[in-house]
Amino acid sequence: MYKVAVVGDKNSILGFKALGIDAIPALDGDEARVAVDNLARQNYGIIFITEQMASLIPDTIERYNNQMIPAVILIPSNQGTLNIGLDRIRDNVEKAVGINIL
Amino acid sequence: MARLDVKPTRMELTKLRGRLSIATRGHKLLKDKQDELMRVFISKVRENQALRKQVEKDLHKSFQEFLLASAAMSPELLEQAVAYPKESISVDIKRENIMGVNAPVMDFIRKLEGDAGSIYPYGFVQTSSELDDAISKLYGIMDELLELAEIEKACQLMADEIEKTRRRVNALEFRTIPELEETIRFIVMKLDENERSTITRLMKVKDMIEADA
Repeated sequence: MYKVAVVGDKNSILGFKALGIDAIPALDGDEARVAVDNLARQNYGIIFITEQMASLIPDTIERYNNQMIPAVILIPSNQGTLNIGLDRIRDNVEKAVGINIL
Repeated sequence: MARLDVKPTRMELTKLRGRLSIATRGHKLLKDKQDELMRVFISKVRENQALRKQVEKDLHKSFQEFLLASAAMSPELLEQAVAYPKESISVDIKRENIMGVNAPVMDFIRKLEGDAGSIYPYGFVQTSSELDDAISKLYGIMDELLELAEIEKACQLMADEIEKTRRRVNALEFRTIPELEETIRFIVMKLDENERSTITRLMKVKDMIEADA
């Protein structure tokens, strides 16, 4: 059994907290990195992280790419989307197919 | 293409022929694996993209409601309202094997404490209705978010595996197999040449013996 967590700025993750998802507030990249690494070590299966935070710690996100657990999933924050999530899908396609076919 | 550094003997030839047949079979199998992975990947990644767009749109709406809620309420009250969630969410992850890739299959396990029916963890006296809207919207998105997590992880893992498989297929197709073929041809020619020279020598010797006699 795995738990679910969300990492991001306080205003974006408050709603998730009401639904029983563990919300870990992070103000800057360092805090976000520590939070994500801690969560990954514990029993967390899915870690949602806001794109704003993820853009500060690309290498940490990268590290969990080829592990099945945890799944680090980017979500937009309340300031809107940075399109990093969609870019990552495009990168995957380019990696697998060689060109972007979407 | 470089040929392998081996001695042109019959034993090496047999060994190399064995390696070539294994390499050819491995190449065919890996190629099949790559094709199937690609087929699954493309359909999944399209789904992934559509789902992500949908989720981002829905989340945006929910965030807007939240913004309104935080405008209508004091930050302390807002935090207080969501501090003790009624629901606890955990996720059950099983693995599914797609052509040797361990893709996760996730299932939400939602536990509602206390009276079922209401997802709101607060009383309605001190909170604004915008908060209710925001939370109910977010509640509705959770299933999509989970599906997104599952499919996005699967796509990521598959993209890695496809890249790896492609490298292997190419290495076999453009390096290992041509090298082996080249070496086998070289050995066969060398052996034939040896045989011819032996025959010539024998014929020469025979001529010499006959001339002596």
